[in-house]
Amino acid sequence: METSKIEKIKNLPEYQQLVRERTGLAWKLSILMLGVYYGYILLLAFNPEFFTTIVMGDYISIGFPVGVAIIVFAFLLTGYYVQRANSVFDDLTAKIKKEVE
Amino acid sequence: MKSFFTLKITAFFAMALMPLSILAAGIDMAAPTEKVTNWPAISMFVVFVGFTLFITYWAAQRTKSAKDFYAAGGGITGMQNGLAIAGDYMSAASFLGITGMVYLKGYDGLIFAIGFLVGWPIILFLMSERLRNLGKFTFADVASYRFQQTPIRVLSAFGGIAVVILYLIAQMVGAGKLIELLFGLDFNYAVVMVGILIIAYVTFGGMLATTWVQIIKAVLLLSGATFIALAVMYNMDFSFEMLFKSAVETRDGDMNILFSGGFVSDPVNAISLGIALMFGTAGLPHILMRFFTVPDAKEARKSVFFATGFIGYFYILAFIIGFGAIAMVVASEYMDGAKLIGGNNMAAIHLSHVVGGDFFLGFISAVAFATILAVVSGLTLAGASAISHDIYANVINKIATDAQETKVARYSTLVIGALAILFGIGFKDQNIAFVVALAFTIAASANFPVLIMSMFWGNMTTRGAVIGGWSGLVSAVVMVVLGPVVWTQILAMGDPIVPYKFPALFTVAIAFIGIWFFSITDKSARAQQDRDGFEAQFIRSQTGIGAEGASEH
Repeated sequence: METSKIEKIKNLPEYQQLVRERTGLAWKLSILMLGVYYGYILLLAFNPEFFTTIVMGDYISIGFPVGVAIIVFAFLLTGYYVQRANSVFDDLTAKIKKEVE
Repeated sequence: MKSFFTLKITAFFAMALMPLSILAAGIDMAAPTEKVTNWPAISMFVVFVGFTLFITYWAAQRTKSAKDFYAAGGGITGMQNGLAIAGDYMSAASFLGITGMVYLKGYDGLIFAIGFLVGWPIILFLMSERLRNLGKFTFADVASYRFQQTPIRVLSAFGGIAVVILYLIAQMVGAGKLIELLFGLDFNYAVVMVGILIIAYVTFGGMLATTWVQIIKAVLLLSGATFIALAVMYNMDFSFEMLFKSAVETRDGDMNILFSGGFVSDPVNAISLGIALMFGTAGLPHILMRFFTVPDAKEARKSVFFATGFIGYFYILAFIIGFGAIAMVVASEYMDGAKLIGGNNMAAIHLSHVVGGDFFLGFISAVAFATILAVVSGLTLAGASAISHDIYANVINKIATDAQETKVARYSTLVIGALAILFGIGFKDQNIAFVVALAFTIAASANFPVLIMSMFWGNMTTRGAVIGGWSGLVSAVVMVVLGPVVWTQILAMGDPIVPYKFPALFTVAIAFIGIWFFSITDKSARAQQDRDGFEAQFIRSQTGIGAEGASEH
C-alpha cells in the first residue's frame, strides 16, 4: 500500500470510527468472556462446596445450569458480535473502500 | 497428460479401496474367536468411505491452482466453513473422549468441554476477520506479514508442524484402537488403511475435498449424537431429574458424579489448563487455515458464529450421552468385569447399541471412524502447507511457480501421511492424552503469541518475534517433558522436576515477555522497517483493502 493511500485512509472519519468501535467492542466482549470463564474456574478451585448445592428436585445440582449457561452465553456473545459487525462494521468498510478505490 | 493424471487417480483409489478387502478378510478370520461380525457397521463404513472417495474425485477435477489446493479457491461460505471448523474441532478425542470422561467422572467432563468451547468467542472477537484479511494460505502468512520472511516462516512452520505431528499421533492411535475394537482388524492394518485414505483425500482433492469430507462428517456426527441424546431423554421421560437419579442409582447411590470431583482443585493447574485450551485453539494450524477458505471477513466471522453454535450444542449432547451411558449401559454384554469393554472411551459407542441396536451401532462406529479420517486429513493438509508454502516457496525457492509449489505440497502430503502411519504404529501403546496436551501447550506458547502480537502491537520486531516464539516453543517442550506425565509416568524418572501437568501459564508468559523485551530493545535498521510496516498491515486487517479474494470458477 502506498504512503499516500495510507494517509488518506487514516484520515477518513469512517475509518477512525470503524477502528474505534470494533476495537472497543472486541475487547469488551473478550473481557466479559474471560471474566465469566475464569470466574467459574476460580469458583471451582476455591469453593468446590458451592457446587454441591441442589437447586431442583433431589438430583439437579447448581453446576448443571451454570455449565450450560456458560455454553449458551458464549454462543450468544458471538451472535451479538456478528450482528453488530454485519450492520455497522460492514457499512463503514464499504464506505471506506468506496472512498479510496 | 490429463488422462494420465486421471489414470493415476483411478489407480490410487483402487489402492485406497484395497484395504477394505483386507478388512473383510481380517474380520472373517477374527470372527470365530472374537465377537460376532457387525455387518451393518461394515456396510455403513464401506458406504461412507466410497462416498468420500467420490467427493475427492469430484474435488480433484476442480483443484487446479495452488489457491484451490490450499484454500478451496476461497469459495466456501460462512455456514459451510462453520460446519467444517466444528468438524475439525469435534474430533474423535472430543466425541469419544468427552462422553467417556463424563461416563467416568460425571460433572467434571463438562468442565473440560467448557474449556474447549470458550476459546471460540475470543478467536471471533480478536482474530478471525484479521486473519482473513491478512492471510493467504497459512497462518505464517499473517505472522510474517511485515517481518523478515525467512526466520518467521521457519519458526511458524516448526511450531505448526510440531503441533500437527503430535495431534496426528493421537488421532492415528485412536483410529487404530477404534477399528481394532469394532472390526477385530489388526491395529497395524487399520493405521495403514487410515494413512492411505487420507493421502488420497489430500493429495488429489486438496482443501476442497478435505472441507467437504469434514462438513459431511460434522452433519452425520451432529445427527447421530442428537439421536442418541433424544433416545436417552425419551427413556427418561424427558426429565433430567430422572436421568441423574438413574445414573446415581447405577453407581450405588454415589452423588459425587453430580458435583465437581476435584478436577480443578489446584488453581495453578486449573488456570494453566484454561490458558492451554483457550489459546491453544487459537494456535492450531489446521483450524487457522480454515479462515483462508472463505471469500471475505464477513464470512470469516459468520463461520465462527456457526462453529461456536455447533460445538456448544455438541458438548451439551455429549454431556447427556455421558450420563445416559452411566444410567443405561448396564447389561453384562458391554462389561468386562466392572469396566466397559474397550475402556471408558467406548461409552458412546456402547450406548448407541443400547438405544439403536446393531444398525445404529454401525452408523455411530462409521461416523466415529469418519471423524478420525476427516480430522487427520485436515491436519495432514496443514502440515503439507507449512512445508510447501512456508519452507519451500518462501524460503528455499522464492521464485517457485504455482505448479511447482502444489507439486511440493502433494509430495509433502505423502511424506506426512507416511510419517503418520509410522508414528501411529510406533506410539501404539503410548498414553495419548499427554500428546494432545503437549500439542495444545505448544500451539498456545509458540504460534499464538507471535500471531496475536503481530496483529495488535506495532512495536514488535523480527528479533522479538523470533526470540519470543522460540522461547515459547522450547520452554513448552522442556516443561512438558520434565512434568508429571512424561517425566514420572512415561519415563519413570521419579518425582517431576516441574510440578505442573499443564505449564501453559508459564510458557505463554515466557513467549509474550520475550517478544516484548527483545522488540523494545531492538534498535536495528530491520526493526525500524518492521515498525513502519505496521500501519499498512493494520489498515488491511481492519478494512480488507488489498486482501486475497476468492478465485474464479
